[in-house]
Parts: sequence; C-alpha cells; structure tokens
Amino acid sequence: MSKVRIMTGNQAAAVGATLSGVQVVAAYPITPQSQLAEIMSQQIEGGKLKAEYVRVESEHSAMTVCISASTVGARVFTATSANGLLYMHEQLHWAAGARLPIVMCCVNRGVGAPWTIFNDQQDSLSQRDTGWLQIYCRNNQEILDTVIQAYRIAEKVYVPVMVCFDGFVLSHTMMPVYIPDAGAVRKFLPPYKPHTILSPEDPRNINPVLFPGRRENTEGVLCDGYMEMRYKLFAALDGARDVIIETDEAFAEAFGRRHGGMLWEYLTEDADVILTGIGSIASEATVAADLLREEGVKAGVVGIRVFRPFPKEDVRRALRKARAVVTFEKAVSYGYEGGLCSDLKAALYGTEVKAAVHGCIAGLGGRDVKARELAEAVKASLADIDDGRTEKTLWLNCFTG
Amino acid sequence: MKEILWHGRGGQGVVVAAQILAEAAYLAGFKGVTSAPAFGPERRGSPVTASSRIAGEPVRTFSQIEQADVAIVLDDSLFKVVDILNRLKKEGIIIINTAAQPDQVGIEGCFEVATVDAVGIALKHHLIREGAPVFNTTILGAFARATGLVSLEHIERALEGKISRDAVARNFSTVKDAYEHTVLRQKAQS
Repeated sequence: MSKVRIMTGNQAAAVGATLSGVQVVAAYPITPQSQLAEIMSQQIEGGKLKAEYVRVESEHSAMTVCISASTVGARVFTATSANGLLYMHEQLHWAAGARLPIVMCCVNRGVGAPWTIFNDQQDSLSQRDTGWLQIYCRNNQEILDTVIQAYRIAEKVYVPVMVCFDGFVLSHTMMPVYIPDAGAVRKFLPPYKPHTILSPEDPRNINPVLFPGRRENTEGVLCDGYMEMRYKLFAALDGARDVIIETDEAFAEAFGRRHGGMLWEYLTEDADVILTGIGSIASEATVAADLLREEGVKAGVVGIRVFRPFPKEDVRRALRKARAVVTFEKAVSYGYEGGLCSDLKAALYGTEVKAAVHGCIAGLGGRDVKARELAEAVKASLADIDDGRTEKTLWLNCFTG
Repeated sequence: MKEILWHGRGGQGVVVAAQILAEAAYLAGFKGVTSAPAFGPERRGSPVTASSRIAGEPVRTFSQIEQADVAIVLDDSLFKVVDILNRLKKEGIIIINTAAQPDQVGIEGCFEVATVDAVGIALKHHLIREGAPVFNTTILGAFARATGLVSLEHIERALEGKISRDAVARNFSTVKDAYEHTVLRQKAQS
C-alpha cells in the first residue's frame, strides 16, 4: 500500500534510497544536504536499513568509498552539495570512466567564492562533462521516484546517475509525497546483479593504464585502447535516452506516476513562447505561463528533466511550433552564457525549428525567483524579438550597474 | 491558494508548527500544501519566519511569499523589530499570541485581528519544556478558529503523526483551549 507523508526533499531522497535497498552509503555532511546524510545514518544505525554507513573525512573519500563498494558489486548511495561536489570532481570522472552504477543526490547549492549556502545549480551543471547522467527534479515526489528510477537506469547502462534537486527550495520545503509500497519497488528494482564482481576468488586487473592504440592481451584477445573506452562511455550516455524513457514508462505502469522521461511540457500545444528551465525554476515558470495567458500571451513551459544526455530530439519536438524560447538558468558559463541556452540553440541549429532563443540568468546564490518576474522577462524578450533582437542574455533581478 | 507567514523567534517552534499545519491542511482535503522555514541559518532567540501554502491543487510555486493572507505572530515583541504588517495583504488575518485584546494591540487598518494568550494557556495546562512554555502547537487552535481552514480534529490527527500519544493529549488540550479563547476583531475599520 502506498501512503502519503508530508516531507522535505531531503527526506524524500532518503526514502527513495532506502526503498532502493542501498547496501553501502558514504557521505560527508554539507548544507543543504546534511539532513539527507543524517537520515541515511539513522536508518542504518537504527537497523531499519540493512546497509553499511562508511564515515569519511571528505567528499573525495565518500566518492572513493562508493567507487570501491560498487566495484565489488554493492548498490551504493551518496549525496553532496556545492564545494563538496567539486571536491569529488576527480572521482566523478573515475566513477563514470569505470562504468559504475552509482547514484548520488546533488542538493544544488551555489559555489564559493564568495561563500553562499543558498541555492543555484552551478555545482552540478559545472560537472556536466564528467560522464555522469544528470536528472533534475521539480518537486519532492519527483525526488523520491527519480532516486528509484536512477538505480534502474544506472544498472542498465552502467553509467553513474546524479539526481539533482534545488537546495532549500526543495530540500527544506515540506509537501505531500506518495511513498510507494516496498514490495512494489523491489519488483520494479530487483537487487543489483553486477556483470563483474571483483573478489579474491576471481582476481582481475581493472582500469589499468591503456595505450593509445588497441592491443592484444596476454590471452591474445584484441582489447580496446583508451579512445575506444571513451567512445563506449559516450555511446552509453547517447543511448541512455531510450532507457530513461522506458524506465519512466515502467514506473508509471507500476506506480501511476510519470515524470516526463527526458523532459516535461506544460501548455506547449498552442504556445507561441516557451519558457524553459531545469528543476524547481521550471515549476515556477508554469505559474508564470498561467500569468502570461491571463494577459493573452500564449505561453508554455518545457522543463528539462535530463540534462545529460541532452534531450536534443525531445526539445526539437517540444519547441517546433514556438516563435520564441526563453531559458531561465541558475548557472552560467562565464565568458559566454547559460549552458542550457547554448545547448538548446545547438540542438535547434540547422533544423526546422526557427525559434529565437533568449537566455536569462536567475536566482544565483538563492536570490528569490518569482513567477511574475519570469513573466515580465518573457514579455520584454518578446518585444525585443519583435524588434529583431534574436540574441540576448539577461541577468534577472540583478543590479548590473 | 492561501499563503501563511509565521513570525517567531528561534527556538519557539515556528518550523514545527508550520509542519503540523501542513499535515492538518492535507488531512482537511487540501491536495496542495507546502511548509518551509525561511531558508538559511538559524539562531536561538533571533527573529525567524516560516511559510505555509494551502491550496486545492498541488503547489507549483516555491518562491518566497510577498504578501500573506494570514500572519501568525508567536512573539509580540517582534512588532518592534520586524515589519510584519508590510508582508500581510490588506484585509488579511493576523493572529497574535498576546494576553491583550485585539483592540489593544495597536493594529490600524483593515486587518482582521485575532488574539490568544497562548503562553497563558500553555502554562495553565503545564505544557512546559526545559522550563519554558510550549505554545507553538497551542496557537494552531487560534488559527483554526480565525481562518476556518482546518478543524480541531485535523489538528489532533496531525499531532498524532508527529508526537507521542501522551504528548498529543497534552498539546491538544491547549489547542482546544486556544480555539475557545481566541478573540476576533472583524474588519471593523475597513
């Protein structure tokens, strides 16, 4: 029987990890992730979750423990935020390169310097090229469900998955969440069966130094060079789209909830202008779309759920009828623009989709983002586009001199 | 959608009260409820806020409340340091923990004012922890009375989900008392 509980995003993530039957957890506390790490520790120490909680002195070690435990065949979980995630950076590359199905929550927080404990997404978005699959959540129900889905995806494509959700905005806000039945989750997500288990009985040398070219091993088998291994990781992410969509569909069949696969849409069918964003800001954008429609502007929203692999076919389809697109991003690529804005434009380049794309940087370091501000920015962009200004980066609600 | 702002001081249980209200509102049939502390670090004794949203449909906005429909003030000394009325809608409801009557609290304008001596009620029922009265749950009785959004039964059931059976009985007796002794001043001066 599923039941509803009012809970924070951190609690929802912990319930998701617990229901997923994780066997090893290694995490180092950091605001706003701390409650999540604390709950996992309580669950394990209190005997409610049969798993091992490894206390570590840093995030780098937390990821190292996850890599080691996953290599010997355990289902593992960790969570972090901001500078903690950046401290893991080296090991993020290793986890993906070693093709380990680790699931980690990134409770999104702005990055220092200057210090902030508040929300933006510079932390996870700056880890875009580590080879991790990245899924973003718009509410606490999605967090719980996505953690469960993430293990099924990771263990199918052998790529680690980062489940990202906005710090404080979701991590500390309580809302109703359906808790799925544990038996139904076990059916949806059976215990992890790794294809290779490293053990003393079956010793193997894994991830040795590779040479540029392909090479025969001692048994005469032609083995991949470094570049083939990298290509396989690229292909795994490229091909993960089908698995992500299939997993969301299977989840909907089992639990009656679907979260959009690669992206979700709101009032896009007849939309003239589409607001797009990642995470909770896209949820706020749906309220902005309602406000715009009250004023006669046909607005819709595309919420980017999966950022890597980038949903290129999906955005082309979702944006095909739009005249204008405005991206709202809680991160920026210094010296250019928001990363989502760039990726979106690249996905549309040379296709039938001719929408003008404006980029809007918003909500850095926890600056509040209100629906009415999003609506105002969209109206200003539409006026600019009518004047022929096809390119624009706006810093929303920010004193820029 | 009804938006509620809680004003208290660190340690008075504002965040927990907001959580219990969210539970009670969900039990009352509102599908959309959210409850959040003001984001950031907290200190005992300093002014703190929490916010709740109560709606028929799931809540899609997580931005901060600009002007609330209801303000709940757990500590009336906050009027000197926080501009509480500035964040309350005209014709909004303000619920204050004070022994004073609504006409004695000096609130001008067309607000609906409700007062309740939550501290006095908590002391009367010996609801005391670490030497201080516990009145964050008590004031939920005044909220039920002033807004009609949740019933006493919903609050009792919400408490049952949070605290022990013995604690529910003691907390709920103060909630009922607060409900009965809340003094309302309608929008007389509008």
